[in-house]
Amino acid sequence: MVFDFFKKAKYFTVKQDVKRDIPEGLWVKCDLCNEILFTKDLERNHKVCQKCGHHFRLTVEERLHITLDPDSFSEYDAELESSNPLDFPEYSGRLATAQEQTGLREAVITGEGSIGGHRVVVAVMDSHFIMGSMGSVVGEKITRAVEFAQENRLPLIVFCASGGARMQEGMLSLLQMAKTSMSVGRHSEAGLLYISVLTDPTMGGVSASFALLGDIILAEPGALIGFAGPRVIEQTIRQKLPEGFQRAEFLLEKGFVDRVVPRPQMAGTLAGLLSLHERGGV
Amino acid sequence: MPTVFDFERPVIELESKIAELKSFANEKGLSLETEIGTLEQRASELKQFIYGNLTPWQKVLIARHPERPGSLEYIEVMITDFEELCGDRLYGDDAAIVGGIGRFEGRPVTVVGHRKGRDTKENLARNFGMAHPEGYRKALRLMKQAEKFDRPLICFIDTPGAHCGLGAEQRGQAEAIAKNIMVMSALKIPIIVLVIGEGGSGGALALSVGDRILMQEHSVFSVSSPEACASIIWKDSARARDAAEVLKLTAHDLLGLKIADDIISEPLGGAHRDKEEATTLLISAVSRTMAELTAMGRDQLLDARYQKFRKIGVHLVSDSSGA
Repeated sequence: MVFDFFKKAKYFTVKQDVKRDIPEGLWVKCDLCNEILFTKDLERNHKVCQKCGHHFRLTVEERLHITLDPDSFSEYDAELESSNPLDFPEYSGRLATAQEQTGLREAVITGEGSIGGHRVVVAVMDSHFIMGSMGSVVGEKITRAVEFAQENRLPLIVFCASGGARMQEGMLSLLQMAKTSMSVGRHSEAGLLYISVLTDPTMGGVSASFALLGDIILAEPGALIGFAGPRVIEQTIRQKLPEGFQRAEFLLEKGFVDRVVPRPQMAGTLAGLLSLHERGGV
Repeated sequence: MPTVFDFERPVIELESKIAELKSFANEKGLSLETEIGTLEQRASELKQFIYGNLTPWQKVLIARHPERPGSLEYIEVMITDFEELCGDRLYGDDAAIVGGIGRFEGRPVTVVGHRKGRDTKENLARNFGMAHPEGYRKALRLMKQAEKFDRPLICFIDTPGAHCGLGAEQRGQAEAIAKNIMVMSALKIPIIVLVIGEGGSGGALALSVGDRILMQEHSVFSVSSPEACASIIWKDSARARDAAEVLKLTAHDLLGLKIADDIISEPLGGAHRDKEEATTLLISAVSRTMAELTAMGRDQLLDARYQKFRKIGVHLVSDSSGA
């Protein structure tokens, strides 16, 4: 016993990942491979880890910047904001905090711009805003964007990033699935193109509505995509999920997405697809 | 032994006292009618009070009552010449959703609905009413078939939610639900949605995009089960009761939010306490709604359906000075 005690003391190990004193903002650690990356390099690489290829989550602003032609974006419905329709406890506070932290009014920005010179309606979700969850305002903004695209016979691209329906708006959130899917259906009936881009994460009520209804569905490498969250599934089936389960590559293999497109190639791929759907040819 | 909830205990106790007293009076040849009458009066008042003031969580319990009539019990009485149809033609048949064709008041209709088991054996076979993608795809096939043959569609909602597991994800649970929602929204036939038990999350919505959503008095419909909501918001599924109180999931709440179009009354204490009466009330509501919807032109029907869902949601319009 006593010897054990000394033995243990002898072999105590220093953890590998002791906090290093990193100046705020200059360096960042990759969530996947733990590589310490120079922030400037990471940004230049579209926030993809140079070492392992991990795609960091983007803000709306970053996404618009790397996707659209410079200065081509104009926003729709910027004035829409969430209320607390069910008087759900702590919801108003969470909204205020999210707004303060992200500088956004809600979890989606919609508008129009061009990609490779092709005019397109875009909706970009931001997982930093209450996990990109869909409540009334997210549903309303997406629906209005889809309707605008239909009225003006424009293609539509949605960058999805969401944990699912927003609990704090209860059934109003669930019904946004119907509202958005319905408008996407009408846009489709009108013979117009809808490209859905699934980014990390696309889950729950968003994956089970407009996200998986695209004519063409692209995904970013490694993005988590599914209906039920992995933790919930593990708790239900009481076993660990296989490596790569519900990742973009898994969905490609199962036939639910058309392509997994690395971020640096995304804008070019979208431009190509838009060009192939241009009416009347060049 | 029938399931009795704590809040019902005073009623059940009083009712058994009355029964005891009656048999005692019979046995001894005594006339206790006045006493019995008073007690019956009290029991009735007590029932009115308890069942008229149910909390949302108590409604959840009643909606999940193991003896509450489900889709098949209603179909058996409501739909004549019923023929069950199975399979999604892609992968398999999912017993968590039943579907088929038959007649409602003589008119051919298509029926689909979630099906929970009435006992453990049936529950295992039907996965507690939690469907896999093949269940939603079977429903989709039957819905499109209804459109082809121009039959109205009746949907029964009674599920804790879509199944959550490996196979369901591999076979595209999200895609199956999304497709149903989109296709239902544009089906060129009248669609009546009956929420008869618990409606939970996307798994319920996948059969709910109809022209009218009618909710039985003690049914509930929520964005996710109260347990799942509590686990997401408070990281504690044991707080399901708290979640139920704030989710606005009762028929009354949802009528207020303009999600439910009407409430179908239930016998005092819930459908399970008088199945015959519950079925009669349901049939008359469907009958009324069917007449209303079949009288509408196709375009009018579809426009109204679009508007119904289009309007759902609450938002503020702030000044444009930036967040």
